[in-house]
Amino acid sequence: MNSYLLSLAIWVPILGALPILALGSERRDAVRWLSLAVAVAGFLVTLPLYTGFDRAYVGMQFVELAPWIPRFNVQYFLGVDGISVLFILLNAFVTVLVVLAGWQVIEEKIAQYMAAFLIMSGLMNGIFAALDAVLFYVFFEASLIPMYIIIGVWGGPNRVYAAFKFFLYTLLGSLLMLVSLLYLFLESGGSFNLLEWHQLRLAMQPQVIVFVAFMVAFAVKVPMWPVHTWLPDAHVEAPTGGSVVLAAIMLKLGAYGFVRFSLPILPDASHYLAPMMIALSLIAVVYIGFVALVQADMKKLIAYSSISHMGFVTLGFFIFNQLGVEGALVQMISHGFVSAAMFLCVGVMYDRMHSRQIADYGGVVNRMPKFAAFFMLFAMANSGLPATSGFVGEFMVILGAIKFNFWVGFAAATTLILGAAYTLWMYKRVVFGDVGNSHVAELEDIGAREFLVLALLAAAVLAMGIYPFPFTDIMHASVDNLLKHVAVSKL
Amino acid sequence: MKTLYLIIPCAPLVGAILAGLMGRAIGRAGAHWITILGVAISFVCSVLVMQDVLAGNTFNGTLYTWMEVGGLKLELGFLIDRLTAVMLIVVTFVSLMVHIYTIGYMAEDPGYQRFFSYISLFTFSMLMLVMSNNFLQLFFGWEAVGLVSYLLIGFWYTRPTAIYANLKAFLVNRVGDFGFLMGIGLIAAYAGSLDYATVFAKGKELATITEVVTGWPLITAICIGLFIGAMGKSAQFPLHVWLPDSMEGPTPISALIHAATMVTAGIFMVSRMSPLFELSDAALSFVIVIGAITALFMALIAIVQTDIKRVVAYSTLSQLGYMTAALGASAYSAAIFHLMTHAFFKAVLFLGAGSVIIAMHHEQDMRRMGGLRKYMPITYATVLIGAIANAGLPPFAGFFSKDSIIEAVQLAHVPGATFAYLALLAGVFVGGFYSFRLVFFAFHGKERFRDAKHDDHGHDADHDDHGHHGSVEPHESPWVVTLPLILLAIPAIASGWLIGPMLFGDYFGGAIVIGDNHHAVAHMKEHFHGVIPMILHGLTSVPFWLAIAGASTAWFLYIRRPDLPAVIKQRFAPFAWALEKKYGFDDFNDWFFAGGARGLGRGLWKAGDQVLIDGLAVNGSASLIGRFAGVVRRLQTGHLYQYAFSMLLGVFVLLTLWLGRS
Repeated sequence: MNSYLLSLAIWVPILGALPILALGSERRDAVRWLSLAVAVAGFLVTLPLYTGFDRAYVGMQFVELAPWIPRFNVQYFLGVDGISVLFILLNAFVTVLVVLAGWQVIEEKIAQYMAAFLIMSGLMNGIFAALDAVLFYVFFEASLIPMYIIIGVWGGPNRVYAAFKFFLYTLLGSLLMLVSLLYLFLESGGSFNLLEWHQLRLAMQPQVIVFVAFMVAFAVKVPMWPVHTWLPDAHVEAPTGGSVVLAAIMLKLGAYGFVRFSLPILPDASHYLAPMMIALSLIAVVYIGFVALVQADMKKLIAYSSISHMGFVTLGFFIFNQLGVEGALVQMISHGFVSAAMFLCVGVMYDRMHSRQIADYGGVVNRMPKFAAFFMLFAMANSGLPATSGFVGEFMVILGAIKFNFWVGFAAATTLILGAAYTLWMYKRVVFGDVGNSHVAELEDIGAREFLVLALLAAAVLAMGIYPFPFTDIMHASVDNLLKHVAVSKL
Repeated sequence: MKTLYLIIPCAPLVGAILAGLMGRAIGRAGAHWITILGVAISFVCSVLVMQDVLAGNTFNGTLYTWMEVGGLKLELGFLIDRLTAVMLIVVTFVSLMVHIYTIGYMAEDPGYQRFFSYISLFTFSMLMLVMSNNFLQLFFGWEAVGLVSYLLIGFWYTRPTAIYANLKAFLVNRVGDFGFLMGIGLIAAYAGSLDYATVFAKGKELATITEVVTGWPLITAICIGLFIGAMGKSAQFPLHVWLPDSMEGPTPISALIHAATMVTAGIFMVSRMSPLFELSDAALSFVIVIGAITALFMALIAIVQTDIKRVVAYSTLSQLGYMTAALGASAYSAAIFHLMTHAFFKAVLFLGAGSVIIAMHHEQDMRRMGGLRKYMPITYATVLIGAIANAGLPPFAGFFSKDSIIEAVQLAHVPGATFAYLALLAGVFVGGFYSFRLVFFAFHGKERFRDAKHDDHGHDADHDDHGHHGSVEPHESPWVVTLPLILLAIPAIASGWLIGPMLFGDYFGGAIVIGDNHHAVAHMKEHFHGVIPMILHGLTSVPFWLAIAGASTAWFLYIRRPDLPAVIKQRFAPFAWALEKKYGFDDFNDWFFAGGARGLGRGLWKAGDQVLIDGLAVNGSASLIGRFAGVVRRLQTGHLYQYAFSMLLGVFVLLTLWLGRS
């Protein structure tokens, strides 16, 4: 069965960006509407991936296979399973929001701005769909470029430092990954096929070395402690749309790498090094939680909160039970909604006040009640309140962790207190209280476009919190399969 | 029947959504009519459900599957039995009264619709909590009522004290929820289900297991975890600190959420979990001691409070302590019985206090009241009823429930029961004292609001001062305020008479399980011969005379010799200071937990992220490369003779090596 859906998901936004670039930034309205049309089309072509997905089938679906560089056995090999399919939908959904969010805010070089996001969206779909290691690597690296440009061109005053730090950090990791990919190519007797690699037998020592190399690459992206310090800088300097994509999708690439590469290819090393991964994840949850508490810059605070929430993802993967792994995947999707929403909320205020400092605000609710209501919902989701998506993943991972080891669950559950503390304390200082200063007094509430963006996210956050069944149901077969696979030694 | 169950929580939810999202469109009257209608429907349905369960029916069914993962089936569903039915009646009735009362209390508030939306949302959450048939939905409701409580404490969001109090309330509750989640996690891990019936059926089996990693007896760990959740929600020592501050919220919610319903969620939950708690004497012992500490020591703080709402708040803490102690004594039915009577008489006290506050133009300090009974006879009468019930004097409701608790604790055998008994007895004296102190202070004696203007400067300034007092005569509140007071006062008197069926009859049936070795209630049942004999017997018992002694002391100090309290306070200054400081918990928490967390965060950020990781590792390696590059760069000067020289040198070295080899 051959399908073109995945190719459409990748190439519709990328090719759609070309006419936008051709239009040029002078014709702003045309650029905006065309970008929206491309983004929506990009989202629509991903929907059949969900509706047509066979939940009982454990293997890859919507597979596309064509030779690409026959000399090295490199293939254009695409396919999704229950683990990756939701991320393509999430990515396409977030792209629509980002286009809407940048509507009036971006005035300079709007065609390039929109094109960069659309191209990045296509490339990231490629990462989630690629089943050939070279194809994966190309998409993985290529997606860095638009983000680098987005931060470097449309970013804040310190954007060059941040963009550079972001690029170097991630590039360092990628190089080690490339070496590992080549090693696996040789070991497998000349194949870049990921599914073949999953069956590859490897001794313990090479497994551990390759695991560490992969880990550096993926941990930087997640980011895990202690390679996380690029993220707050990148977020602070990035424009709102950049932060949204960075938090909602780009951070997921690292985590996705762990489930697609590290766990199935290197199961013995994964088990052997799991204590270290768990320790690093818990440090992320607890240490970063405390650090988030004292941030004075809202974007930095949310960036740290992202790191802390991503700690649940890596924790969930390495406790090797269904609650943990599915919880981690759910957490990734939920974090996509919630962090996107949080950054958009900060963006809404930044567009009006041109400040991200908590101290510059106070009493926003007096002037922006509608906005305050949305922000409250997302703040609560960020604190993991039940009936929001933020609860589901955390709850599953905590339950899985308690099952794995009581104290691991105990440490992870501190997020209940820490997450609420840093999020709601910020909310209190920014939103509640009397009107803080004359700038706040002049604020205007959100307009229809902002309302639409936040309402879409609010609907997603609530839907996933109240009825997560459709989200988890699609994962079961693949996660089951993964766990069975990881349980078998390859030595 | 299932439709009926669904209507109960959904009617208030619909009201909340309409009033919240379309508040402007439907207007103020629209908002209160639609929410009151919702809660009224809910109340009527609850009465129908009560009739049905009295006929012997129960229901345990699934609403929908929330998620299914790794063999763990997580569902939302309803468990309707007699325990649920009591809670339904209490919650919907008090909520209905509070909805009506709010029309009067919030009449001038700009956030009118928002307020109605919140209290209806609260009602929905609380109903979902009590109707749950599983731990997941319980946790949903648990956190949802916490959310609404947070929103309502901070309802007047421009007040610094209110937004401090709501954050504090949420975070302290989260500490409790942390324990709660640990308990739920252990249940999921070892019982493989979060469904009540399945877990309870495995109770005996769980009681034999030792937790693998910690080595704790599993059932004790589960029960203490769950109880820590109850300590947060039901404000038990040392997680009680949020409740007094929650009085920053509007009075109707103090009555509904922070007295009658939400704070009793913990009591309800432990009763619901009686099949588990009965299996761990260690957990019961912990419960009874915590309850007794709360009952006595929080009551003591009430005697030095001068803010009328705070007196009632500390009284609530103390009464919650009584309920908790009853749980520890395995007298779950007594705890629920007291929960019910308390909901009525404490709602009366709070709403009565609110009525006074309206009359005094938002003055809450009792030192500026006095002599109000002439001006507000209905409020006075209902508050007096509430106070008598709170003090536990027969034949009012509080007598029956409180007396049963004290007797049950006396008969209990878990470690700590003796201490608990003495603490509860002492608490009765204190309770009698502070209840009547409130009545005498606010409603009798000199009309201090008249001269309030003159000594204004001498008083503490931490209350909202609208500058009205003394200018207008206090007057009775409108009917929307007094009607709920009267309707609540009736059960505050009479609900205690249900003691026969509720406590000693077979009312709770299978909803509450009591272990074979815990027979306090069974023992009491043998000596119970009806309401009248119980009253007569009560007149000769110790608690009765202690309460009378407390009331008389209040009369002596606040009516007979109003000059004495100041003298006593001076004589026992250290005690008064400790009580006024609330034993220093707030200061300690602010310093140690809030300050400590910020200090730790700052330390980790500066030392960890900025110095070690960024400074040393990231920028350090960057500058190391930079320095290295600097050195290497010096070699590339661009002068031809230098290059030629180094080339020659290289050729020389290579040649030497090559020749040396051969």
